[in-house]
Amino acid sequence: MEFQFDLNTTWFILVGVLLTGYAILDGFDLGVGALHLFIKGDDNRRILINSIGPVWDGNEVWLVTGGGALFAAFPIVYAAVFSGFYNAIMILLFMLIFRAVAIEFRSKQPMIWWRQAWDIAFSVSSILIAFLMGVTIGNIITGVPIGADKEFHGTFIEMINPFTIMVGITTVSLFMMHGAIYLIMKTDGEVQKIVRQWANNTIIFFTICYVTTTMATLIYFPEMVQPFKHNPWLFGFAILNMLAVANIPRELNIGKDYKAFLSSCLSIAALLSLFAIGIFPNLVHSTISPEYNLNIYNAASSQKTLQIILNIALIGIPFVLSYTVSIYWIFRGKVKLDKMSY
Amino acid sequence: MTKFWVKVFALTFAVGVATGIVMEFEFGTNWATYSRYVGDIFGSALAAEGIFAFFLESGFLAILVFGWNKVSPKVHFLSTIMVALGAMLSAVWIVVANSWQQTPAGYHIVGTGINARAEITDFWQMFFNPSSMDRLSHTLSGAWLAGAFLILSISAFYIIKNRHYEFASRSFKVGLAIAIFASLFQLFSGHRSAVGVSQNQPAKLAAYEAHFDSSKVADLYLFGWVNEKNQQVNFGFALPKFLSFMIYGDFTTPVRGLNSFKPNEIPPVNIVFQTYHMMVAIGMTLIALSLIALFFMWRGTLFKKKWLMIVFIFSVLLPQAANQLGWISAEVGRQPWIVYGLLRTSDALSKTVTADQIVFSLILFAIIYALLLVLFLFLLNEKIKHGPDETEETSSEYDKQKILMNKGN
Repeated sequence: MEFQFDLNTTWFILVGVLLTGYAILDGFDLGVGALHLFIKGDDNRRILINSIGPVWDGNEVWLVTGGGALFAAFPIVYAAVFSGFYNAIMILLFMLIFRAVAIEFRSKQPMIWWRQAWDIAFSVSSILIAFLMGVTIGNIITGVPIGADKEFHGTFIEMINPFTIMVGITTVSLFMMHGAIYLIMKTDGEVQKIVRQWANNTIIFFTICYVTTTMATLIYFPEMVQPFKHNPWLFGFAILNMLAVANIPRELNIGKDYKAFLSSCLSIAALLSLFAIGIFPNLVHSTISPEYNLNIYNAASSQKTLQIILNIALIGIPFVLSYTVSIYWIFRGKVKLDKMSY
Repeated sequence: MTKFWVKVFALTFAVGVATGIVMEFEFGTNWATYSRYVGDIFGSALAAEGIFAFFLESGFLAILVFGWNKVSPKVHFLSTIMVALGAMLSAVWIVVANSWQQTPAGYHIVGTGINARAEITDFWQMFFNPSSMDRLSHTLSGAWLAGAFLILSISAFYIIKNRHYEFASRSFKVGLAIAIFASLFQLFSGHRSAVGVSQNQPAKLAAYEAHFDSSKVADLYLFGWVNEKNQQVNFGFALPKFLSFMIYGDFTTPVRGLNSFKPNEIPPVNIVFQTYHMMVAIGMTLIALSLIALFFMWRGTLFKKKWLMIVFIFSVLLPQAANQLGWISAEVGRQPWIVYGLLRTSDALSKTVTADQIVFSLILFAIIYALLLVLFLFLLNEKIKHGPDETEETSSEYDKQKILMNKGN
């Protein structure tokens, strides 16, 4: 399909930006959760939780807003995907609640069994959330059985296959790496030594997963690379992605921890851009017939609504960016526990 | 004083965020047909809520809770205002969206059959649809009441126990001021809402008062039990012709009754009748309670009236109940429509989701919500028992917990 820079394309990009914002921001706090059980000692665990304490809640808002934007701009996709992936979404929601509760309630009682139970809940839910999101992305790559009625005609079990599981694990590894690098910035002393080791291990873990998933995609889903053949300049994103990943250990070695973190953010953004380029202009491609693909035109709201929400976004986004930057600026630096902490 | 209430608020907020995400996703998961139908309209309100309200609220909440030593008192105070503003903006957008379902405006229908959907024609007509402002004021004021009576309840508890007396009496006065204003304002906004309902959703109003016969002047019931089969109210007590008076300002104009609607276009009358009347009764009780407290405060004996303080401890449940009952009567009163006059609730479901899946998710959420409720009440209770720190020198919660932990080892 010809590339046209119209309202529909703008909203494809904007929904992508919101979900990328979510992946970058909630990515590190899910990663911290995924690594949580690897550290021992109550004070150490409290440091980990409090490193994301003031921000995890705001990070989740990106998901809420991304979901809202998808609903507003592409309601047909919202309806088909959310009702089609019913069981997966229910488990995801269940885990999101569980995780919020675990963070909030863990440190409110001193009993050891209480804290250990919530530590496990926090970590398991973080891993599962990351995994399910990866599985969802995997399913968008493989395509799903969308019929002529724009409804999903598959089952939950079909969603889980070796490829989608692989994408799920890759997502977990990516967030673990991202979280470990974030923790290096937020900790010092003994704890920082431990998380530095985590960062090294997770970089290796992620690289293995990343290479495997990329190869599997190239072999089984060559249509994902079609846009790159037509527009070779798009390879820039792939190169950017590799450079960003490669830059992480380099920056860590020379002690530029925050630059390593920025590299990690950039690699997530580049990875999701590659995914978005691969599926454009479809949002969900149908395994039943290409005619039934849900794309940015047949699944969109009216032009009038797209224009209205674009105005809303243009007014709102500068505010959102300014709060986000100020919050991270105010809470910069190493974690110090005090009595308002978790 | 602030730190204590911030902690109570943060606890409530965490539960609110966790359950709020579910509500948003539920549109897509359980009401897919509805989402397709209204996405063009509803979506913009939800997106605006996310961008304008949620980011504001969650961002500044971080400063409110964790930023005591990181920002100046002025910035901290500004954050408090921003959180409150965010919460109210959130109410604005979501009530607007819900009101559009009650009284659709600024739209046209495009397509037919499974492709039919409402598309926006005028954003401001959609935003200021006939019921949105009345319902917004009524909802916001209901939320203020819920907050005010939580403060009154906890403060009354401390006053009776003679703990943190200074803190509690100050908090009580602040809570009482809000309660007096909000409970009286409810009377006004509730009346305006009801008049609006009589114009826009006559079937709902007729169900509120179980008024069946269109040719008759309508009575205003104080209580009763509706016999839907015989179309009469048993064991009821009514102010004759007062419904007509409340709506039209005279005792002679008939009110449209349920009989003028097709049988498949009227809501379940008794549920709507009961929830509506309970809500009104609780609202009146809240006004009475607030004014009694004001009277004794004027006499200077408020905090010595032990019976009144006991009543206030339990009063926290009343606005919560009234808010829930009000929503039930508003939403059940709209049935069988999910979008009034346009889309039936039974047509709005997700067609691909099976009954088994619904049962599975219902059980899942019943369990976790029950757990949430228990945990929330338990921790709230702990917080209340612990109370505010009297001075800043008291050892911090963290240190206390550390001592306890060491004892545990």
